[in-house]
Amino acid sequence: MADERQVIEQPEPHEIIARGYTFGTVTDQISAVVLTKRTPLFWVATFGVGFLLLQGLLVSAVLLFGLGVGVWGIRTPVMWGFAITNFVWWIGIGHAGTLISAILLLLNQKWRNSINRFAEAMTLFAVACAGLFPILHMGRPWLAYWLFPYPNSMMIEPNFRSPLVWDVFAVSTYATVSALFWFVGLIPDLGTLRDRAKNLFAKYTYGVLAMGWRGSAKHWSIYETASLLLSGLATPLVLSVHTVVSFDFTIAIVPGWHSTFFPPYFVAGAIYSGFAMVLALAIPLRAVYGLQGLITDRHLENSAKVMLATGLIVAYAYIMETFFAWYSGSPYEAQAFWNRMTGPYAYQYWFLVTCNIVSPQLLWFKKFRKTPMLLFISSIVVLVGMWLERYMIIVSSLAQDYVPSSWSLFHATRWDWATYWGTIGLFIFLFFLFVRLLPMISIFEVRTLLPQAKVGEEVKR
Amino acid sequence: MKEGSYGVMAEFDNPTALVNATRAAREQGYRKMDAYTPFPIEELNEVLHLHRNKLPLIVLCGGLLGGLTGYLMQYFITVIYFPINVGGRPLHSWPSYIIITFELTILFGAISAVLGLLALCGLPMPYHPVFNVPRFSAATRDRFYLCIEATDPLFDAEKTSSFLSTLEAKEVSEVAH
Repeated sequence: MADERQVIEQPEPHEIIARGYTFGTVTDQISAVVLTKRTPLFWVATFGVGFLLLQGLLVSAVLLFGLGVGVWGIRTPVMWGFAITNFVWWIGIGHAGTLISAILLLLNQKWRNSINRFAEAMTLFAVACAGLFPILHMGRPWLAYWLFPYPNSMMIEPNFRSPLVWDVFAVSTYATVSALFWFVGLIPDLGTLRDRAKNLFAKYTYGVLAMGWRGSAKHWSIYETASLLLSGLATPLVLSVHTVVSFDFTIAIVPGWHSTFFPPYFVAGAIYSGFAMVLALAIPLRAVYGLQGLITDRHLENSAKVMLATGLIVAYAYIMETFFAWYSGSPYEAQAFWNRMTGPYAYQYWFLVTCNIVSPQLLWFKKFRKTPMLLFISSIVVLVGMWLERYMIIVSSLAQDYVPSSWSLFHATRWDWATYWGTIGLFIFLFFLFVRLLPMISIFEVRTLLPQAKVGEEVKR
Repeated sequence: MKEGSYGVMAEFDNPTALVNATRAAREQGYRKMDAYTPFPIEELNEVLHLHRNKLPLIVLCGGLLGGLTGYLMQYFITVIYFPINVGGRPLHSWPSYIIITFELTILFGAISAVLGLLALCGLPMPYHPVFNVPRFSAATRDRFYLCIEATDPLFDAEKTSSFLSTLEAKEVSEVAH
């Protein structure tokens, strides 16, 4: 009997979620995470760590506002330092969320249904962390609104020929569209929570947010059109955002930055690190909340495959980057790469090659992809590697550019680290609030995956 | 029957029964009706003739408006309002306008998609008569409902109720206003 049950619970290879779920049990299991007074110890502990790190961010931001950007290790010529490294890293992490929610929707990949919600939340919070850095880096963050063209009495306007201004538009559009897409996806589930909440305050809050959603067929029809259109808009948007981020580098003439393949290279790297973050979040969450039936090994395996594929693109980009440095015949380009590989940052360079190119090769093995613990470690390694990649691009290129007399190395201060870890804290803080307050798996989209959701044959006359 | 009635609602426990019932009601001549389901059911669009809606047009207009706004804003600022001569390069430097034009197209398109969705659905709508049916809260969980509205010319509370009862409905109830 026990054996039989085991067999039934295992999803078949072509099935996406475990067998035996009904519309009711899916709803109950996902909403139970939110609609309960009990909070798992794991949640409290991780949220606590995030909250503490967030305090570090607040302290370092206050110090930065009070004393100026000199509290960071940015000195001429490396004026971008950690701030832009972290910005690019966080923006990249966000990309997997939009890829899962928009591109995989257009490609009709049903397995995305149980991971898209929290991946989108991840996008939103990663973009929030990313957005902090350019603002903090500005020196006078209270004037950040000068980045936008608005009628003013100073007779100045942003320079629309600058990639940094393009970036302002790209990132703020990305943040807005991600938030809208995420909220639209939430509306039916907010309706479910409204109808299931016992607590009056929760009922009213979810009720207000659900805006009176009642699951009408007329509404669903428009709703489906809306999600399709939003996906169609988000797909070119997500590809454009990291492209524009890469323009911050390629439009400049710094050796090691000025190359045409940066856009695809950056987008692939973004999706690579984003899927690593999806795995790093999904593996502990599904274990703690017992959601292995909904976020199955197949989801982890598929994410690992995407990680492997994008990792190979990144590896190709590293090779081409080096090849072109040599092939260009430009002594400055060649010197920049020679410095990366053998100069003062050689240790970081080879470490990043190990993290991003060598270690993901283990993902070729099915056994490896089927072991959540190993996947979790592998995703952390990739996240570290991708951070180092951005660090390498920014710091090593700026530290040693055209004129050797201006060369100077970058040394991160404790406030650099506090700000960086602080945004990790902010991310954990926001993400765990989301997990506690909103359904982390899209309930209505999982319902459509159930075999019961198929309308029977006799209908199609 | 009573003036205060919004319609009659039947409950089903699976999507196939709902789609069959909706089709039967349609064939019976009922037009003013709506189904309520916990997830989108493609077949209902066909049965209820819900193929077209204006949302794509709204999004197209929004996107075009965004693109125009982006391009004209940059043109106005860099050519008319705040021209900067950099080594005699043209003021109307359109290649560098592409990105912001594109981003604003997407931004306006997405905002109009969301506002269009809300407008076409008539949301937010805090009160709706169907919520008066006590068991209706299961419509966001695992039950499927078909409501024939009182405004339908063929509607007659008793006849419509008994018609719905013949269609594998688990329960048929009247929807109060």
